Amino acid sequence: MSCWDTIADYALRSVGVGERLLPRSDFTLCQQVTLIGSGMIWNIYFGLLALLSGFFLATALAMAKAAHSPLLRKPAEWFIFVFRGSPLFIQFFFAYFLFLSLKNVYPVFSPLTSAWLGALVVLFLNTSAYSAEIFHGAMLSIPKGDVEAADAYGMSGWPRFRRIIWPTMLRLAWPAYTNEAIFLFHATALVFFSGFPATQQMGDALYYANYFADKTFNPFVPYPILAVYFILLTLSVIGIFGIVNRRLNRHLPQAARARIRLRPMLVR
Amino acid sequence: MFPYCSDPNAISGLTWLSCYLTTGKHTSLYLSFLTVLVLLAITAPVALVFGFGGATAARSRFAPLSWLGKGYIGIVRGVPDIAFFLFFVIALDQAFEYLRHKIKCPDWDQPIRQGNDFVVCAAAKLPLGDAPQWVHETYGFFLAVLTFSIIFGAFAANVLYGAMQAVPRAQIETAEAYGMSHGQSFRRILVPQMWVYALPGLSNLWMVLIKATPLLFLLGVEDIVYWARELGGTKTPKFTDYPHEDWRMWYFGALLVFYLVFTRVSEVVLARVMRRLTHGQATMGGEAQRKAAA
Repeated sequence: MSCWDTIADYALRSVGVGERLLPRSDFTLCQQVTLIGSGMIWNIYFGLLALLSGFFLATALAMAKAAHSPLLRKPAEWFIFVFRGSPLFIQFFFAYFLFLSLKNVYPVFSPLTSAWLGALVVLFLNTSAYSAEIFHGAMLSIPKGDVEAADAYGMSGWPRFRRIIWPTMLRLAWPAYTNEAIFLFHATALVFFSGFPATQQMGDALYYANYFADKTFNPFVPYPILAVYFILLTLSVIGIFGIVNRRLNRHLPQAARARIRLRPMLVR
Repeated sequence: MFPYCSDPNAISGLTWLSCYLTTGKHTSLYLSFLTVLVLLAITAPVALVFGFGGATAARSRFAPLSWLGKGYIGIVRGVPDIAFFLFFVIALDQAFEYLRHKIKCPDWDQPIRQGNDFVVCAAAKLPLGDAPQWVHETYGFFLAVLTFSIIFGAFAANVLYGAMQAVPRAQIETAEAYGMSHGQSFRRILVPQMWVYALPGLSNLWMVLIKATPLLFLLGVEDIVYWARELGGTKTPKFTDYPHEDWRMWYFGALLVFYLVFTRVSEVVLARVMRRLTHGQATMGGEAQRKAAA
């Protein structure tokens, strides 16, 4: 069987298209590269959707945390504290069993017990909390003069937020937010190890890497393959966020622009 | 545990709960919290030593050593840490067995990798085939600690490397002007001063380390996650005196609260340490303290 056949069989295996049976013996390098790459579909799916949806909740939470009214501030502070103060791994487990109990009472909740929706909800809430903290910090460091200038132009409320506060906040938060995005993608590797079952062996990249490591008892092939995929993913995230960063900073002189620096401090 | 627990079917409410929560298996759950704390207590200093070694190596003027240090620091960037956990546990185990195999069975002629098997001679197995259960568990725990230390050592190396760079250059120049050698100025000037710059990063790292402890479960150690899954699952009257439905949600809820309290307490303590360390330092924080007191 040539490598092209393997790719045709397994390239979309993680979403249930192609050959059903996973290879059981005589593992080739081609099979490992194809299947682990196929699993990356799930990592990208979880990361992308959680990031896009989390962005909006994070902005709202950051606003709420900066609000004067304790009715808005307290819930936002607690939400951020709960999701940032506990391990994502435990959050996954707790959410999975919570959804299971809910499903027994109301069958409407049954999609939540499968990974594609349940894990996505957890990741969405988690990244919202982390990003909200970043946005909140950025909001506090908006130069006083910018807001005063907006006031002087007679802006207030929504126009002031949309035209001054929000763009400046994003510009200041962007380097840290890039890190958050990278580590969110890394966190997606936890999904299939934390309660959420992989139906019909449709799992993410780490799921397949672990499958091969278990079967061949040789961790030195599948994990480096996984590492290469994730490094490529990280580089593309940095590239895309870098383009946005340039656009956010385009009104500034070259020297004053914030550079994105990768800091590996955001494991959850 | 209590005398009234002899017949669990006759009691109910809080009495039942008090008996239920003190069964032998629950004691194992409580002891596994100790496992987590022991892991933290060993890993934190060992990782700090690894980190110090890595940072010193990265600063070295001898290029290959500096590449080694920078490679170690860079190793955890770009790849999920959980992949490293899963990788190192098998890789370290095989590395140890391979080394012992080379030493103990020099006249072994078969290949070590036979298809999908990793075969070493019986004397090189770790732990030995006839070892008691506790040796197996301790070995597993040891591997887990080593894995954690290697990964968090790389994080710590990154923080310490940054802290060493942050110490004002003038301090080192002054030391050199006094005729101190490279090693002397490193020991006497750089290392004592770098901690205040390193502490924010190290406290962040401590939080991350706390939040990484549930990953012990993936390394095959019987930790709190393992016991929460075991004890929370549905129990039928056939197998236990305390039957209940699926309570895993409540057990994991309890773990969530445990971690929240733990990180909160750490945060408060570390903020205090930071205040103590900034006292009298020529930094923004130290200046703010001086002004507040005056």
